[in-house]
Amino acid sequence: MNSQLWGMIIKRLGFGLLTLFAISLLITVGMEFLAGDVCTEMLGQMAHPDTVAACRAELNLDRPVHMRYAEWVWNLLHGDMGVSLANRREVSELISRRIGNTLFLAGMSALISVPLAIGLGVLAALYRNTAFDRVISITTLSTISVPEFFVAYILMAILAVNFQVFPAISNVDNFMGFFERVKVSALPVLTLTLVVVAHMMRMTRASIVNLLASPYIEMAKLKGIRPARIIIWHALPNAWAPIIQVVILNLAWLVVGVVIVEVVFVYPGLGYLMVDSVLFRDMPMVRGTAMVFATTYVLLNLLADILSIIANPRLRHRK
Amino acid sequence: MSNLQKDLQRMQKQVTRGTMNRREFLSRASAMGLMAAAPLLYNEAAQAAPKKGGVYRVGLPAANTGDTLDSGLNSDHYMITMNQGAVKNAMVEVDAKGQAVPELAETLEPSADAKTWVAKLRQGVEFHSGKTLDADDVIASIAWHSREGSTSAANAVAKSMGNIRKDGPNTVIFELESGNADFPYLLSDYHILIGPADSSGNIDWDAGDGTGAYSIKSFEPGVGTHLIRNPNYWKEGRGHFDECRLIAINDAAARMNAMATGQVDAIARTDLKTVGMLKKKPGVEILQVAGTKHFTYPMDVRQEKFGDNNVRMALKLGINRQTFVDTVLRGYGSLGNDHPISVSQNYCATEIPQRQYDPDKARWHLLQSGYGGLDVEIHASDAAFSGAVDATTLYAESAKAAGINIKVTRASADGYWSNTWMKVPWSASYWSGRPTADWMFTIGYKAGGNWSETFWDNARFEELLVMGRAELDEAKRRDIYVEMQTILHNEGGTVIPCFANNVDARSDKLAHGDLAGNFELDGCRSCERWWFA
Repeated sequence: MNSQLWGMIIKRLGFGLLTLFAISLLITVGMEFLAGDVCTEMLGQMAHPDTVAACRAELNLDRPVHMRYAEWVWNLLHGDMGVSLANRREVSELISRRIGNTLFLAGMSALISVPLAIGLGVLAALYRNTAFDRVISITTLSTISVPEFFVAYILMAILAVNFQVFPAISNVDNFMGFFERVKVSALPVLTLTLVVVAHMMRMTRASIVNLLASPYIEMAKLKGIRPARIIIWHALPNAWAPIIQVVILNLAWLVVGVVIVEVVFVYPGLGYLMVDSVLFRDMPMVRGTAMVFATTYVLLNLLADILSIIANPRLRHRK
Repeated sequence: MSNLQKDLQRMQKQVTRGTMNRREFLSRASAMGLMAAAPLLYNEAAQAAPKKGGVYRVGLPAANTGDTLDSGLNSDHYMITMNQGAVKNAMVEVDAKGQAVPELAETLEPSADAKTWVAKLRQGVEFHSGKTLDADDVIASIAWHSREGSTSAANAVAKSMGNIRKDGPNTVIFELESGNADFPYLLSDYHILIGPADSSGNIDWDAGDGTGAYSIKSFEPGVGTHLIRNPNYWKEGRGHFDECRLIAINDAAARMNAMATGQVDAIARTDLKTVGMLKKKPGVEILQVAGTKHFTYPMDVRQEKFGDNNVRMALKLGINRQTFVDTVLRGYGSLGNDHPISVSQNYCATEIPQRQYDPDKARWHLLQSGYGGLDVEIHASDAAFSGAVDATTLYAESAKAAGINIKVTRASADGYWSNTWMKVPWSASYWSGRPTADWMFTIGYKAGGNWSETFWDNARFEELLVMGRAELDEAKRRDIYVEMQTILHNEGGTVIPCFANNVDARSDKLAHGDLAGNFELDGCRSCERWWFA
């Protein structure tokens, strides 16, 4: 790797930090617009003005929002994410307990969906414009066009209720062994797989088909090389850059976009934690989870850029 | 009944409770000359007997990552089930009939004016940590809610308990400011649970220590709780499961699926839209209990239009209550009669004729009021009750026939209770109900109350409220409460179309006694009261 690449990485990390800062501000302002605060939400319909006032005083909510925000930034720079306003537990502890579950879910889905999508994309390119190509395209496009909660309910109805293959709710816990955990989280993994496969598969197919018109492929064809070998050995290496971009974007989505799937399957991940925290207006928790999500997104995007540079000799050896 | 029969029944009861074994029963029955029938009689009793053992998995709604073990901040099903229903006890328990029976208090005796109440504590009750319960624990536990700067939702209730002092280690004396015949019910409040106090009178609620049937093995807020049986539980015939797992399933569809696929043994709050389908599943029983929960349409009677009782009557007559029960509740409920006392409660004024949909009479009232046609706006949101927006639209349709034009405005569910309810002249609302008439009237209808939805102030009503509270004579008390319900029925500012039943589901492997109706799933006490048959 040359110094240009390092320069880019450092520059991007700087922008990443700025992005995180901007996101934390947006979240704070957005939460301020929501009706009620942690005290009114916790106490609910029966909130008494005196109790709410006592609760606000206890949680220091009577100070203006910019003061609380500045304090949070200051503590964060010192590595302290604060405590949950609702139950006084450490935000970092609550997040670390959940993040493993979310990464497990994303990892399992990636493990299935990435090879599947690339394989299907290559096959679709190989048999382009045949019935096979169309069937794959139509199926994957339909699964991506349906909202994920709907896919989730359909899978639940078929695989959990009608044929009791997998459990309907995925309440994994730390006492579960690996295989039990895989079985319990099968349905959310399947749902996520169905939702992300289409995007990656279409991109694989399109980048390969694009290259098939280039002169060097024509040359390979004229030499009499088999189409499968042309695609895997000659086209695919040059198509990696856009495929990597899409794959990593989807990986990022698998980590940060799973909120609804987690809620539907009662899967105790970060997304679920965030939904709960927003419901209770638990500001430090919301900001904490948002920061984790945003950091994942920023880092994975950076990784995508670095990998596509490495995969592309032209970008690697820029004149 | 002959003495023989009486003895036999008593013995059978002991078998059912598990305090007499087979050998003992057979030898005693044989001694009574019932040699041949004895084994049969024993089986009859033993099969009804609760059995110990098993892991009870229950899917519960209304859990949140922000939940805490401080019962003063608990407000919904999940934490009530865990805190009140399994881990801790209160001084008083509400039984399946809705009666207040002593729990940690062994006796609770009022003075003649119902102003002073003396509670004698049960002796030898131990917390999970091994500490023995005494009067200091009780006083510290209540003080947690009544203290200055308390964030407890039971702040007002605890303050109304007046001056609390101990008389020896096992007696607590409550000196109220005014007589309250329903005082035992206040001590059954699910917020006011008894925890162990340290020498300086503080209680560490986060430790989760209690006197209840189960102790906490792990508690992950918003996800799940793992409880194990307290081997020293003091209450006879309760706490049968080896373990309970309270699984947080907030999504109604997910809860129904978990029940349908057997991942849980019971769920609270079934989704009424799909309960018909769940009913068809083999091995699933749907439980239905008439409770105190009701839906309301409170009008702000300080407003010009709603200040006129003819307008209020027109709106009460313009609602088709039966369609409400049939469509919104899918039959799982009963008609409301514009007062908040349910038929399942003491003192319900069943003698007041049921108000029916009568557009002609409504029109007549409108004429009396001088409003030929009436244009009113109502705010509704599904935060008030599930299906509230649709239900209110239905109301608007039925009111049209009476010449009333109701404009239904959909309000945001987020922050509904802080921004819409009691802020706009007319809105949809609900009450989970209170165990006693006095409590319900005080919290929801007393003039100047924080939650008096209609801002109503009726001199006679106020006078009766005070009279009823201190009245220890049942018959006189009933007369007072019937009059109060009649006043609400005829003049009150609230339209109460229906009472909703508690509808839960359980596996047919579970068994239980009569079901309580104060909350879902046997008053949130299924962990303590149920067993595997």
